[in-house]
Amino acid sequence: MVEFALPKNSKITEGKTWPHPVRAKTEREYRVYRWNPDDGANPRIDTYYVNTDDCGPMILDGLIWLKNNVDATLTFRRSCREGICGSCAMNIDGTNTLACTKAMSEVKGTVRVYPLPHMPVVKDLVPDLTNFYAQHASIQPWLQTVSPTPQKEWKQSHDDRQKLDGLYECILCACCSTSCPSYWWNSDRFLGPAALLQAQRWIVDSRDEATGERLDNLEDPFRLYRCHTIMNCAKACPKHLNPSKAIAEIKRALVERQV
Amino acid sequence: MADNATNGKGAAPSVNGRAYPIEDHSYDVVVVGAGGSGLRAVVGCSEAGLRTACITKVFPTRSHTVAAQGGIAAALGNMGEDDWRWHMYDTVKGSDWLGDQDSIEYLCRNAPEAVYELEHWGLPFSRREEDGKIYQRPFGGMTTHYGKGTAQRTCAAADRTGHAMLHTMYGQALRHSAEFFVEYFAIDLIMDDDGRCRGVIALNLDDGTIHRFSAQMTMLATGGYGRAYASCTGAHTQTGDGNAMVLRAGLPLEDMEFVQFHPTGVYGAGVLITEGARGEGAYLVNAEGERFMERYAPSAKDLASRDVVSRAMTIEIREGRGVGPKKDHIFLHLDHLDPKILAERLPGITESARIFAGVDLSREPVPIVPTVHYNMGGIATNYHGEALIKKDGNPDHVVPGLMALGEAACVSVHGANRLGSNSLIDLVVFGRAAALRCADMLTAGDKQPELPKDSADKALSRLDKFRFASGGTPTAALRGRMQHVMQNNCAVFRTGDVLKEGSKLIHEVFDGTSDIRTTDRSLIWNSDLVETLEFANLIEQAVVTVDSAVNRTESRGAHAREDFPDRDDKNWMKHTLTWLDTNTGKVTIDYRPVHTYTLTNDVSYIEPKARVY
Repeated sequence: MVEFALPKNSKITEGKTWPHPVRAKTEREYRVYRWNPDDGANPRIDTYYVNTDDCGPMILDGLIWLKNNVDATLTFRRSCREGICGSCAMNIDGTNTLACTKAMSEVKGTVRVYPLPHMPVVKDLVPDLTNFYAQHASIQPWLQTVSPTPQKEWKQSHDDRQKLDGLYECILCACCSTSCPSYWWNSDRFLGPAALLQAQRWIVDSRDEATGERLDNLEDPFRLYRCHTIMNCAKACPKHLNPSKAIAEIKRALVERQV
Repeated sequence: MADNATNGKGAAPSVNGRAYPIEDHSYDVVVVGAGGSGLRAVVGCSEAGLRTACITKVFPTRSHTVAAQGGIAAALGNMGEDDWRWHMYDTVKGSDWLGDQDSIEYLCRNAPEAVYELEHWGLPFSRREEDGKIYQRPFGGMTTHYGKGTAQRTCAAADRTGHAMLHTMYGQALRHSAEFFVEYFAIDLIMDDDGRCRGVIALNLDDGTIHRFSAQMTMLATGGYGRAYASCTGAHTQTGDGNAMVLRAGLPLEDMEFVQFHPTGVYGAGVLITEGARGEGAYLVNAEGERFMERYAPSAKDLASRDVVSRAMTIEIREGRGVGPKKDHIFLHLDHLDPKILAERLPGITESARIFAGVDLSREPVPIVPTVHYNMGGIATNYHGEALIKKDGNPDHVVPGLMALGEAACVSVHGANRLGSNSLIDLVVFGRAAALRCADMLTAGDKQPELPKDSADKALSRLDKFRFASGGTPTAALRGRMQHVMQNNCAVFRTGDVLKEGSKLIHEVFDGTSDIRTTDRSLIWNSDLVETLEFANLIEQAVVTVDSAVNRTESRGAHAREDFPDRDDKNWMKHTLTWLDTNTGKVTIDYRPVHTYTLTNDVSYIEPKARVY
C-alpha cells in the first residue's frame, strides 16, 4: 500500500539550537537532520551556527567545523573532499549533491542539510546504501569477452573510447537514484539511474562482447522501463553526467535490435 | 592498565556493563583496505581459490586510490621507444638510491603486464588516435636512455586514472564474488607469542559489533597517513591505520622521515592538480613571471622529480618571489594549452580548479603550493609483500602471517622520493605479487591453530578507552595541534633545531592523548570514536616521522636538511627502522641495509651518482 504520510516515528521534530560561536565576525546558520537510532526518539532538526571566518568555503567544511567545534556527535560520511569519492552525498538546500563541492555561497540563507531522500537512515546524514550497491553489482560492471585475450591491450579507437565519456566518470554517490521519483516508489525493482548509467557504460564499450546478454538482463518492465524520463537524475548529478540520456540509449538499443 | 583503559569503569571492556559480543570469522586471507593494492590482492587470492575477506572502513570505490589523477607508469613503448630498464633507472634515481633495487626491478619489469591486465579488465584508458593503443603522457623524472630523453610512459584515463582503475578493480572483485566487510574499522592485529600475525579485530560501524578475523595471512593495504599534516592532498580517511597497528604490535616502520610534498596542491584547499598537467605542457611561474624551474633543473625543467620541484618552489617563496597578497604561493599556467587538450586529457582538474580556486584554467593560472601527498615510508616488506623485521642479525626476517601493500608498505621501491605515476603501478604489481605468494605458500582451508585466549583484549580495551574517554581535550583539538606541529616543524626544508623543537612538541601532543575526550558514546556509526581511533593512529606515526627526521643527518630525496645539505652515502645509505613504545612514546631507531643488488642478471646494479635533473 502506498503511504501518503510519514509514519509517526518518522515525523521530524524541532531539535536543539546550539550556541553561537564565540567571537565570530561572520556566521552561517545550518539546520541539520539528526536521528540517533539509540535513543528511540523521532528525527529532529538541529540548528547550528558555523563560524565562517574559521572554516573553508564548502558545505562540508561547515559540517566538519561543527563536528570539530560544536557537536562531535554530528554524523556524516566524508573522505576525499574533492568530489571524486562520492562519500558526502546529501540533500542540501533541497537538492542532492556532494557537500564537498557545494559552496556555502551557492546557498541563500539558512543551509538545510538532510540525508539522501528515500533511503533508510543509519544515523543522522548516513543513509544505508546496501540496495544501491547491490543494484550496481547486478549489472555486472566488468569487461566480458569471448575472443581470446590479446597479449597486449585490446585496441580501441579514439572515437570508440570517446563513447565512454560521460559514462565511466560515475562516482556511485547515489545523488541521481535518490532524486528519482520512480526510484523512490520502486527501488526494490527499478535499478535506478546510477546502475543504468553503469550498464550503458559497458554496453557501449567497443571491447565488451556481452552486449546481448546485458540488454537481455535489462529488458524488464521494472529494471529499466520504470524510467519515465523525469530527468531529476541529470539535474542532480554532481559530476554533470546524464543518466537519463544513457537510459534512453539503452531503450533505443532494445528497440533497434528488434528491427 | 585496566583502570586507565576503561576510565575507571571496571576492568573488562563492556557495552553498558556487558562484555562486547564478538563474532568470529575464519579465512585463508584477510585484506585490510580496499584501495588499489588491497583490491588487486583480493582478486588474486580469490582467483587462487583462497577464501578471502576484505575489511574496509569505506566502501571500496571511496578509497583514496580513486583520487589518483595522472596515470600509471609502465614501459609499454606505445608513444615511442621505451624499456623497463630505463624505467628502473629513473625509479632508482628518483628514490635517491634509497630504493631496494631488487624490488625496483620487479616493479618495472612486471609493470607492462600489470597495465595490460587492467586494460583486459576494462579500464577505460585514453587512446592514441593513430592505432587505438593506450595513450601515455610524460611525467616527472621519467626518461629514456638512462636520463637522456623524455619518456612518455604514464598510461592515463584522462586525469581520472585512479578512479577508472579503482572502479575497474572493484568490478573484478565483484566478478570473483569477493567477500567484503564494508565500513568495518580495523582496530588491532592479533599477534601470537611466536610473533606470528593471526588476524585482525574490527568494529562494524553499522551496528557496533566486534569481529574477530583469523587468517593464515593478514594483508595491510591501509594507505598513507597524510592527515598527520594540516594541509595534504589526501582524503580525511587517510590515517595510516595499518602502520599504527604494526607499531602497536611491537614491529618497526621503515623510512618514515620521507614525506613527499606534491608541487601542485591548490593553494588553500590542498586538493591535487595532477603532475600530468605539466606532462601535457603546463609550467610554473613566480611573481616575476619567470619560469623558474629552468634555473633549478635545466634539463627536465617543470618535469623534474617532485622533491626537486617542491624545494624550488619553496625557495622562490622564501626569497620573496611568491605570488598573491602574502607572496606565499606559485602560479601554474595551463592557459596556453589547446582547450581541446584540457577538455580531453585534463577535464578533472579543470573542474577542480574552477570549484576550489575559482579559476578558469583556459584563461588564468591556478594558485598552487607544495602540499603533503605521499608517504614513502611504511611497513618494511620484500617484493613478495611479506612484512620484514630485523631478527638475529637478519635484516630481512619475514614476519609470519603478515603482509603489507601499497602506500602502507615500504617495499622499498620509492626510497627517499617517489616518482609520479609509480604509485598506481606499485599497487597492482605488488598486490598481484602478494596474491601469487599466498597462492604459493598457503593451502586453501588449512586448519588454523587456536587463537591466543586474550586475542581481542587489547583491541577492546583500546576501543573502550576511547569510547568513554572523558578527559579535557576533544579529539579535534589534539588533531589540530598535531597537524600544526607537523606542518611547521617537519616540512619541505628541515633543520636540526626546528626538528628537535618539532619532536618535543609532537611528543607533548602524544602525551596529551591521555587527556582526550569523546562525546559520542553510541556504538552505531560512531564517527567521533572512529576519528579518535584514527587520531591515535596518526599521532603514533607523527612521532616516529619527526624522530626519524631528527635522526637522519643528511639530505636525500624528500628529506632535505639545511644543516646537512648533501647526500651522505657513506653513513646514510640505509633504511631507518623505528619502533614506538606506544605507552611512553619512546622511539627506538635501528637500520636495515639498502638492497644494493638486482633481482636478475638482466640488469646490473645502478651505482649511486649525483642526482641532477
